[in-house]
Amino acid sequence: MSGFVESLRLWFSPEQVREEGDTPDYRFSLANERTFLAWIRTALALVGGGFAVDQFLPDLRWGMRVTLALVLLATGALCSLRAVNHWVRCEQAMRRGVDLPVSRFPAALSLAVGVVALVMVVVVLVGWEGR
Amino acid sequence: MSAPAGVHPRDPGLQPERTRLAWRRTTLTCTVAAVLAGRQAVQEDAGTLTHLAVGCSLLLWLAFIAVAHRRIRELARSNRPGAPRRATVAAAALCTVGLAAFAVGVVL
Repeated sequence: MSGFVESLRLWFSPEQVREEGDTPDYRFSLANERTFLAWIRTALALVGGGFAVDQFLPDLRWGMRVTLALVLLATGALCSLRAVNHWVRCEQAMRRGVDLPVSRFPAALSLAVGVVALVMVVVVLVGWEGR
Repeated sequence: MSAPAGVHPRDPGLQPERTRLAWRRTTLTCTVAAVLAGRQAVQEDAGTLTHLAVGCSLLLWLAFIAVAHRRIRELARSNRPGAPRRATVAAAALCTVGLAAFAVGVVL
């Protein structure tokens, strides 16, 4: 938990990073920024998916629909928080000249999206209708 | 091919341009999410809470556009722009989290 507070503090203290280590080649920083933006788009797509489930599956049972929407929305929020954290850690690693951080998050996210997709397929096949 | 003092030659990899376009794509994705949020507000059974949450979502969308616009202008000013400020990155992510949070209000 203290690691999380530490990284939260780092998000908002630009001077601290700027002073640490050497400024990396601007192209690496920009590549890191684009990776961050790609994760933000993924997060926004998940949030959009949450809205879509709520709006375009009106025949689905309420509990099922809300659960699917909430899972997608929560995953989207998690994804964007993780995007900042990963951006900060990569920027730091580049300044210190150490290896870039590795993460289990992409694998976990793929599994989660796969599970949601499977549930959708089952729901459509079984025709879980109701009010 | 010497550039004038203080001006760097253009990056052959077009990194600043690519980054600028990445911000543009992201604002477009954000717009799609905001449009879906707005669609919730015009449905028949939309209550006051939904209207409020959708209003907040649209404000967040404007905030996101503003953040992206500032960064895009920053990128356009220089051929060798530095990393974005942390506040910029954090603001973009927090707008997304906020959209998700208000969406929970809309869905429930």
